Parts: sequence; C-alpha cells; structure tokens
Amino acid sequence: MTISASFRKKLRYFDVDISLECRSGKMMVLIGPSGGGKTTIIRMLAGLEKPDEGSLCFGNDIWFDSLRRINVKPQKRRLGYVFQDYSLFPHLNLFDNAAFAAVDKKEVHALFELFRIDHLKKRRPHMVSGGERQRCAICQALARHPSLLLLDEPFSALDVVTRRGLREELKSLKGRLSCPIVYVTHDINEALFLADEILPVVDGKADHGWMQRTITREPGEGTPTKGAREPRLSLVY
Amino acid sequence: MDYLALYVTLKLALVTTAVLMVLASPISYFLAYTRFPGKSFVEALIYLPMALPPTVIGFYLIILMGPKGWVGSLWEKLTGGSLLFTFIGIATASIIYSIPFAIQPMKAAFAKIDRRLLENAYILGLSKRATFLRVIIPNSLGGIAAASILVFLHSIGAFGVLLMVGGSIPGETKVASIAIYEAVEMMNYHAAGLIALSFIPISYAFLLLINKLSDGSRA
Repeated sequence: MTISASFRKKLRYFDVDISLECRSGKMMVLIGPSGGGKTTIIRMLAGLEKPDEGSLCFGNDIWFDSLRRINVKPQKRRLGYVFQDYSLFPHLNLFDNAAFAAVDKKEVHALFELFRIDHLKKRRPHMVSGGERQRCAICQALARHPSLLLLDEPFSALDVVTRRGLREELKSLKGRLSCPIVYVTHDINEALFLADEILPVVDGKADHGWMQRTITREPGEGTPTKGAREPRLSLVY
Repeated sequence: MDYLALYVTLKLALVTTAVLMVLASPISYFLAYTRFPGKSFVEALIYLPMALPPTVIGFYLIILMGPKGWVGSLWEKLTGGSLLFTFIGIATASIIYSIPFAIQPMKAAFAKIDRRLLENAYILGLSKRATFLRVIIPNSLGGIAAASILVFLHSIGAFGVLLMVGGSIPGETKVASIAIYEAVEMMNYHAAGLIALSFIPISYAFLLLINKLSDGSRA
C-alpha cells in the first residue's frame, strides 16, 4: 500500500503546499526548521486537520478529496500516531494504555517485552520516565495494526542517550512493519539514521536544498553521523 | 427534632445531584469544546440563577410551573396533577437553581484536559461519545466530584426558592431550612438549634472533601 498526498492549507504566516508519497515498509522523514509546517502536514495525513484543497489516498481508498468533498474521519483511517509527549491516558496504567485499541491484547505483552517495559505494565504514565512513556506510546500505536504509522517528533523531549537508544529500537523495528511510516523531526542525524526517503519542509513547501545549506552552515551539531547511509531525497514535490 | 424535614432535605439534595450530574455533563462538554456565536450570552443565561435573588427565581418558577405556565400546564396534561407544592416541583426548582454549580466546575475540568489526549483517542478509533465516556469523564473525576458536592451543599441549603414553589408541606416539600425558619418563628429555638446543628458536620465534611479533591487535582 502507498500513501500519496497532495494538499494545500493556508496558515497564518505561510501556505502549506506539499506532495508526498510513501510505500509500505518505507519510512519517509519530514525534516525542517521548527514552525515550518511539518506537524501540520502529519496532522493532515491523520485527519486531525483539514486541508483547504487537495487529495489524500491510501492505496485505493480516498481519505480526503476537496473536490469530491470526501474527508474520512481519523477514527476510520486505522492509524498509529505517536505524539511528542502527553498522549498516554493518565487514568490508565501502561498496559491498559497500549491495549486501549489493540487488535489482540496478547500482542501487547510481546510488544512490551520487545521494548523492555514489561516490568512497568501496572505503572501509570506519570510514574515512569519520558523514554518509557514513549516506548509505551509506540506499543499503543503498533498494537492497533495501523495501516499508516505517523510519528511526530516522538523523541524530541528526551535526553540524548535515551533518544539514541529509542532511535535504534525504532530502526530495527522498521523492517518488520508492513505499513508506510511518516516521521517528523528537525534533527538531521535522526533523519539520516532512520529515513528511506527524506522530504525537507521549509515554510510549508518542499525545499530540497535545505539539508545541504544547514549542514554547511552548522558543521558541528548538524553534521550527519559518520558512516550514516545517505537516503534517497524525495523527488516527489 | 424534625426528622421528616431532614429526610426530605437529603432526598431533595440526592435527586438534584443525581439529575444534574447526568444533565450537566453533556452541557459542560458542549460548552468546554464548542465555539459558536453568542456562546457568552448562553453561558451568562446558564449562570443567571447564581446572580439572581432566590425570590426572583422562585417568582418566575411559580409563573412557569403554575397551572397557566407552559411547564405547569404540560405537567397537568400529562399527570392530571399540579407541579407546584409537590416534591417533583421543588426538585425541578432545585435543579434549575443549582445548574451553575454543576456546570462551572465540570466545564473547567473538561477544558483542562490536554487536547492531545482527545486527538489520540480519535486516532485510536474512539467516537466523540466514546471519548467523552472513556477519556474525558475518567480524567475529570475531581471536577465532577467537586460539582456534585457543590450541588449537594447548595441544595440542602436552599430556602427561598423552595418556600415559594413548594410551600411547607410536611413529608413532601418541607425541607430542613424551612423547618428551622418555622421553628424560629414559633420561638422554638431548641428545635431550630437541633436541625441547624445537624447541618454543620455534613457541610463541614463535604467542604473538607472538596479541599482534598482540589489539592489532589493540583498535585
């Protein structure tokens, strides 16, 4: 299955005008400066925000089409969405959170083992660390057997060490997933490490020169990790 | 001691609280999450009973619930009886009188819930109704409990509105506050004192509970 989108939305300071396409088992990373429209794009993919015009298809299913006035609710899109933080339900323990919309609750045990949080099943979200919460959020998203997995800066609130560990866990998991994955980050190292395809977004539009310009400008922090594989830059725009 | 008046008071407070918890929660949800033109006017109208003198509310309720009022005449058509001077009549009056005390804390509790939680619930396939029942309500229990305690306390203390709408029929509409008033009128300070004294521990215990709940929600 392939998710393909082409939509526009007027924001306060700029217009989002973007096209993207991502196949099953592949991860597309949306990268760019903060406030550049990445989150709006991923929210439009999820159906949490409505584009002004355009279309969004998942395989043969039309999720949004402004001309035909189709707008499938997020509830009907069968998504996995990992937010930056605060998305776990505070009144439930970690297991109940992950099993909230699980297709098979037995799988949640396996996911907890995979992410090494099976000893925290009975804890509430405020009783565990940020990294453990995000592991649980990923379990919650995966337990739903999503047709599309969306991750909106899921590790940005975490410390560097935890972040690196989770990044590696996600990368090893990626190969086992059979859905398209769209990942939002502003961290170039993270993008290069995880992505099959990178789509730089600046002021709501694809800007394929952004990464090169940023790396040249910031030779310290922004430089890609040594040995990181250069992913294919998106040619769909 | 007028146990019958105490019984009517507690029955009235429980009925008012139960009905308002069911009735006010969807209204509070709507007010917390919906924007519409004239919202502030609607909200002011809902909170009006808090600002009006009880006798003014009582007067309009008599007009509305009397045999010529549309509520009273409808009730008469349906049941063949009058709404005024009955327990259902004072319960209706008490519900209207206490609406703001139910809606305000509930609306505040609902509005405090992080929007991302709701969005996550939608992403996980929950309808708006299911999100309300499975996410919003369990995460607003402090506010709902505070609302129910406020309504309960407000109902047991009601006087003017109930006297106008229900009069003082023992076992039917004569509540404790009216019993105290009548006992004082008859210079029976001992009887008035006993009923009055019974209010203090109840009200104090409930206020302590509210404080505990608001401390808990702040922590």
